[in-house]
Amino acid sequence: MDWSPILISMKTAGLSIVVTFFLGILAAWLVVSLKREALKMVLDGILTLPLVLPPTVAGFFLLYLFGVKRPLGQFFLEYFSVKIAFSWGATVIAAVTMSFPLMYRSARGAFEQVDENLVQAARTLGMGEWTIFWKILMANAVPGIVSGGVLAFARGLGEFGATAMIAGNIAGKTRTLPMAVYSEVAAGNMDSAYQYVAVIVVIAFLSVIAMNRAAAGNARRG
Amino acid sequence: MFLKRKYQSRESLSGTGSRDNLLGEGKLSLRVDIKKQLRQFLLQVQLEAGRGCLGILGPSGCGKSMTLKTIAGIQHPDSGQVVLGRRVLYDSARRIDVRPQKRRVGYLFQNYALFPNMTVEQNIRAGLQYGAKIRGDYGTRMAELVERFRLEGLEKQYPGRLSGGQQQRAALARIFACGPDVLLLDEPFSAMDSFLRERLRLELEQLLDGYDGVSVLVTHDRDEAYQLCDHLLLMDEGKVLAAGTTRDVFGDPGSVQAARLTGCKNISRIRRLGPCRVCALDWNGLELATGREVGQEITAVGIRAHDFVPLGEGEALERRAQGADNLIPVTSPSIAEMPFEWYVTLENGIWWKKEKDIHTHDSTGVVPSWLYVDPSAILLLR
Repeated sequence: MDWSPILISMKTAGLSIVVTFFLGILAAWLVVSLKREALKMVLDGILTLPLVLPPTVAGFFLLYLFGVKRPLGQFFLEYFSVKIAFSWGATVIAAVTMSFPLMYRSARGAFEQVDENLVQAARTLGMGEWTIFWKILMANAVPGIVSGGVLAFARGLGEFGATAMIAGNIAGKTRTLPMAVYSEVAAGNMDSAYQYVAVIVVIAFLSVIAMNRAAAGNARRG
Repeated sequence: MFLKRKYQSRESLSGTGSRDNLLGEGKLSLRVDIKKQLRQFLLQVQLEAGRGCLGILGPSGCGKSMTLKTIAGIQHPDSGQVVLGRRVLYDSARRIDVRPQKRRVGYLFQNYALFPNMTVEQNIRAGLQYGAKIRGDYGTRMAELVERFRLEGLEKQYPGRLSGGQQQRAALARIFACGPDVLLLDEPFSAMDSFLRERLRLELEQLLDGYDGVSVLVTHDRDEAYQLCDHLLLMDEGKVLAAGTTRDVFGDPGSVQAARLTGCKNISRIRRLGPCRVCALDWNGLELATGREVGQEITAVGIRAHDFVPLGEGEALERRAQGADNLIPVTSPSIAEMPFEWYVTLENGIWWKKEKDIHTHDSTGVVPSWLYVDPSAILLLR
């Protein structure tokens, strides 16, 4: 069996979850801290967009941003000698873009369900804002954030449409597991396809178990 | 946190030297004079509190919790001043707005706001560490607080496992760990059933007696306010209706709204008949003699349901012969049985309450022929 799709997917999903995790939490905290309702709604809409767009359309927009003929793409090419489109890095960009809304929404929900009185009480007790963020907000939002992280990881792993658009399906370079399944079936190699499918199913199953345990952690607090 | 601060957050002296407040308590006092536009009404409150407990009594949504929150600094008024002792906590004219962290205010939330991710011990330690700024060994102080608030054995428990009373004690322990200058209690018993309430009220009463600072208690429960607070403020729709010692406020509420808030059920509009005589328009034109002179601003009278004296036919005639006034004939009464009282409603709308015990069910003989009310018991209301 050709292991390269599995390795590529692991690298891609591994890096993208780290990026998505921090970006999602930061974005959620920013939006939750906003006072003006209108700004909140607009920002929320933009950040949630990749969730509702078809992946190929999202991928189209990514190509529009990072393609070699586009300003941003040219910028990276000239100053960093990096061609973004159809490189391995593009698989990470695609995975991050598509999994980000899930992380953001989960983190935002987790922050919002923390009782506001807790934050206010912490203030009257003399706790500084940073301390409050870590010890009150994050500490109580952890179960929601963890399950958001697992969801985002699974989404990043399974990303196909946007990856196809901006990273292409280059064997050994950008062919992730989902793309490999597609290619093998298209080529008629059902055996190889079954193997890749089995790997994906096992990972998906483990993700669901992890999510449920994170949710149970939330309930245990009583 | 990213938004620019409009006001400075440093503290400053009030600059007026050490003047005694109206209550004559000396240095430690709380002065509040704020305005804040809320959705339903304009909140406008002025209060002064010295040592002891000031109660704010009013219906839900009248702005009492908001007032407390502006004192604590977790909500911001539109304009005004909040001064604690010689420290100016908020002053819109001088653009001062001290952060809640620095105000040294203890706030007991309605749901206690214990941190669910920390044990009781850790919650209290947060108060010691961030409030009292104790570094190093918390041991002795922690033990003192645990003993004082009867939390032995509960230190390692999470708040979700505690009963309502235990949670309240833990929250109070956390507040006292900080050593605040003023204690703000936001409806401390509304999250409890009445059975528990009675007992915990006694405990709180003892706690407040032993507390050396200013305390402000907000409630919609009359009995609570009466029992726990030496001074009282009546509020409705964002405005202060009456202020003074609790006994004075209950004894002479001053206005119709205030009378209602203190539990007076019998209120009638009046027409003035003479310096001490009125005609109660809502009670079928009943004429009453009042104990004090009825000024021009008086538009109504109130009589508390318990203030009527039942009289038999004979007694009533005797009194009438002696020239007594305020004899009310009991016509077509309706009677309702309550666990510990009879509620008697007269035809003209007056309510009367007579005590009974739980075993009495027979209402014969309860309703008298006449009711008498002493002129001095009639409340004159604006």
